[in-house]
Amino acid sequence: MFPIEKYHMAESVQDAVRALAEDENARVIAGGTDVLIRLHEGHKDYRNLVDINSLDALRRIWQEDDGSVCIGALASFTEIMDHPLVQKFVPVIGEAVATVGGPQVRNRGTMGGNICNGAVSADSACAALVHEVDLVIENVDGERTESVIGFHAGPGRVNLKHGDLLKYFRIRPENYLNMGAAYYKYAMREAMDIATIGCAAGLHVTDGAISELRLAYTVSAPTPIRCAEAELAAKGQPLNKTTLGNIAQTVEQDVKPRTSWRATKEFRMHVIRTLAAKVITNAAWKIGEKIA
Amino acid sequence: MKRAITMTVNNRKLALDIDVRSSLLDILREQGLTSVKQGCGVGECGACTVLVDDIPVDSCIYLAAWADGKNVRTVEGECRHGKLSPVQQAYVEAGAVQCGFCTPGLVMTTTSFLERNKGKKLSREEIRVGHAGNLCRCTGYETIVRAVELAAKKQNEE
Repeated sequence: MFPIEKYHMAESVQDAVRALAEDENARVIAGGTDVLIRLHEGHKDYRNLVDINSLDALRRIWQEDDGSVCIGALASFTEIMDHPLVQKFVPVIGEAVATVGGPQVRNRGTMGGNICNGAVSADSACAALVHEVDLVIENVDGERTESVIGFHAGPGRVNLKHGDLLKYFRIRPENYLNMGAAYYKYAMREAMDIATIGCAAGLHVTDGAISELRLAYTVSAPTPIRCAEAELAAKGQPLNKTTLGNIAQTVEQDVKPRTSWRATKEFRMHVIRTLAAKVITNAAWKIGEKIA
Repeated sequence: MKRAITMTVNNRKLALDIDVRSSLLDILREQGLTSVKQGCGVGECGACTVLVDDIPVDSCIYLAAWADGKNVRTVEGECRHGKLSPVQQAYVEAGAVQCGFCTPGLVMTTTSFLERNKGKKLSREEIRVGHAGNLCRCTGYETIVRAVELAAKKQNEE
C-alpha cells in the first residue's frame, strides 16, 4: 500500500488545475514510474496526488496546421517512439526516449514527467533542448507557453509554479526542419540504467559549413544544458575533423561535471568531449552530410 | 479511500471495491493470482509484469485504480483447458526456468512481445531489448532467448 493521504482522479484539465490550486501540497501523478517509487520509499512530498490518467486528451500526438508537432504530456515513451509523426519529423525525440529504463517503464513513463521532475539525467531533456520545445502549461488563470530553454532551474527543480499543469509539448517547424539530430546515452548498461552522460546534437549544414549547431548534455551540470560556447565555436566552420576537435575542446567551458558514485568528474569530462564529436558526426549523417 | 472499479482479469469480469492506495500487484495477489511476484517493488526487476490491455506493465508501480475498465492478463490465464500456452511450452522445452521467481513476469513479457511482432523475423538483439525490463538471476538469459526464438518459430509456422 502506498502512503497516499489525499487522492483526486481528475476528470478534465480544468478539474485538475482546480484541484492543484486548492491544495498547496498537491502533486501531479502521470505514469507513476517516479512518483510511486518515491512513495514506496516513504517520501513526504508526494502524499497528496492529483491523478491525470483519465485525461486522454493529454495522451495525443498530433500535428498542427503550421506544421508544429505536438506531444501530449501523458503520452508514454513507447507511444512517442512508435508514433509516425515523431519518426518522420522529430526522430531524435523517439531515439532518446527509447533509451529510458526498459519496456515496462517505457509503457508507463511519460515525457511530461521526465521534463517536469527536473531530473538532471532525463533522457528526453537533451532532445527537447535541441528542438527548443515549447511547453504549453495551464493553471486556473489560463494557458501560457514557455520554452524548455531555461525551464530547468536546478537538480530536480523546474520553473513550474504551484497549480501549473503541463498539457503538451510543441515543436515548431523552424526547430526541426532541415536539422539533422542525434542522441547518445553513455551508461554502464544498455538498459535499466541512468545516463552517466547524455548528449544530443542538432545540426544545420550549408555548403559543407556548419550554419547552426545545437549541442545539449545531461548529467554535465546541475541541470540539462545547451552549450553556448561550443555552439558559437562551430558557427560558420567547415564540417571537418579539425572543427569537431575544436568543439570538443570548447565544450569544456560550457559544462560543469561532478564526481558521483557513477563516475568521476575527470571521466565525465572525457566522455563529454568524446560524445561531442561522435554525436555531431551522427547528426550530420542524418542529413546526408559527412565529416571531411 | 475506497473506489469501485471493474476489470476483466483472465477473461473473468471483476467488480471490486479497492483502496486507491493499492497497487495492481496488491489487488491481483489478494485475488489469489500469486503468479504475480513482488521482487524489487520499484519497477526494476519485472517479476510483477502483467498485461494491461495487452501491454506489459510493472504491476508494483501501477495503481489498481488505473486498471478500471481494462483487461488484465496474468500467467494463470495463459494456460487453456489444462494445456500450456505456446510461450509457456517453449520455456519448458528450452529449459528457461530455474528457480522460477522471474518466470511468470517473463512469460507475460514474451507473450506480449510475440503478439506485437507476429510474422516478423526477430534478431537476438531485438529479443534482448524487448525483454530488458525482466531480470533473471539464474539462467544467464541464454535459455530465455532460446525459448523466445522457439516460441516465435512455432508462431510463424502456424
